[in-house]
Amino acid sequence: MAEVLTRLSWALRAYLLLAAAWVRVSMAYRASFWMMTVAQFVVTGLDFVAIVIMFANVDALGGFSLAEVAFLYGGAGLCLGIADLLLGNIERLGTRIRMGTFDAMMVRPVSLFAQVASDQFALRRLGRITQAAVVLLWSIVALDLDWTPSKVLMIGYLVACGTAIFTAFFTLGGAMQFLTIDAAEVANAFTYGGNTFAQYPMTIYPREIVKALTFLVPIGFVNWYPSLYVLGRPDPFGLPEWLQFASPVAAVVLGLVAAWAWRAGVRRYRSTGS
Amino acid sequence: MLYVAVAVRAFRRYATYTAATLAGIFTNSVFGVIISYTYIAVWTHNPSAGGYDVSDAVTYAWLGQAMIMTVAVWGGGATDDLAARIRTGDVALDLYRPVGLLGWWLATDLGRAAYHLLTRGLAPTLVGAVLFDLRYPDGPVTWLLFAVSTVLAVVVSFGIRMLVTASAFWLLDDTGVKQLQIVVAMFFSGLVVPLVLFPGWTRDLAMALPWAAFLQVPADIWLGRRAGDEAWWGLIFQAAWAAALLGVCQVVLQRARRKVVVQGG
Repeated sequence: MAEVLTRLSWALRAYLLLAAAWVRVSMAYRASFWMMTVAQFVVTGLDFVAIVIMFANVDALGGFSLAEVAFLYGGAGLCLGIADLLLGNIERLGTRIRMGTFDAMMVRPVSLFAQVASDQFALRRLGRITQAAVVLLWSIVALDLDWTPSKVLMIGYLVACGTAIFTAFFTLGGAMQFLTIDAAEVANAFTYGGNTFAQYPMTIYPREIVKALTFLVPIGFVNWYPSLYVLGRPDPFGLPEWLQFASPVAAVVLGLVAAWAWRAGVRRYRSTGS
Repeated sequence: MLYVAVAVRAFRRYATYTAATLAGIFTNSVFGVIISYTYIAVWTHNPSAGGYDVSDAVTYAWLGQAMIMTVAVWGGGATDDLAARIRTGDVALDLYRPVGLLGWWLATDLGRAAYHLLTRGLAPTLVGAVLFDLRYPDGPVTWLLFAVSTVLAVVVSFGIRMLVTASAFWLLDDTGVKQLQIVVAMFFSGLVVPLVLFPGWTRDLAMALPWAAFLQVPADIWLGRRAGDEAWWGLIFQAAWAAALLGVCQVVLQRARRKVVVQGG
């Protein structure tokens, strides 16, 4: 046990040092950094403007008001944004494999996962995170909910579990690139696609899709079930109430699957060429 | 004939990556499903929003997915290759060729678009047709008008992307300008929300900008929302932007020719 903890803390230390190095790199072109950060803020901002435009034509979407949809949108965006910041560049793994630079990583005495996750760590992704946080804060102000300590805690818990779930999806996408580099785009359907699914109330989807997003691909646990608790709504599909507290279970199970897939992928890796 | 040969080779080049194409089709289909349900939710609350009905809207969602790669709403395509050649200085070779730079790259991009239309365009549309009740053009004339409109959409998009790329002659790196163009294109092409839903004057503005030629005009022709004279006006709108943009491209490239200093030599 102690050995595992030491290894973990080393990996974490390596990750932080590597990430810090990449931050220094990006700060060498300060103007470029700020432009890209602001650009990300605007791009994802337009995403929300699109939802506002929809609400210019209707006053509810799937029975949810603009402020409630903003809460879902902000929650999902924040989780995806943080996960993307932490290890979104794992999708560069395919390029690394193709170029042969992944082999160089393997011989370094540093956790492989920490190296891949911190590869070209992009602090500019704070742009997306800030945008989602602004929308989330606005929705909280606009919603005028009856706040209880448990609801406040639930928001922190939502962000933690949601980030963990997206992190697992990013890792799975990375692990898949050991099998096929070309099909890397499939991962986007789960990460960015999952985020888009989670931005809207599940009531707009048919029952089968909601079940699939609960038990098969646990996107519903990112923010839908915790949000139902915060918004004080009964489950519109009549699914059991304990699901609203089951996000950690989903995050842990998916995390274990992702860890297993990653290890299997690394073990299977036979380098490119000959 | 030369341009046809160039286009055919561009088509073949993209056709090499089957797994990437299949992965892309999967992702397009997932997004098609999400967007369809959001539109269904909107049109359930307001059955005539933007003058569309619900099957118009769902069809629009799938046409949008089909157009993303075909029209290269997110950038990319032949102009990205040219941008790399400008950065490395290889463009000097292109300028030596006894072929116009613009025609050469337009042919390449049309070849690419043809491949993307037949794969990333057609396949998600079939998926959408299986899962949802879609609307189809109501006769051979409409199909033909839609086909012409799609080609014009690619040309307009090419014109804009080419101008972005040409900025690399002066800036050496077009990443910033490219990013900016993608933001504007994603929003004003109506990829996220149909332009018909835009409120008040923003709708008129969006409808007049060149990005409306990417998706909104071809979709309206497909749906029969632009029929008869309206359809022709749509094509004229696209053709006018295509001509104007290609004209500007030609002038800019002429100037760039004088500007080019091959790096390191």
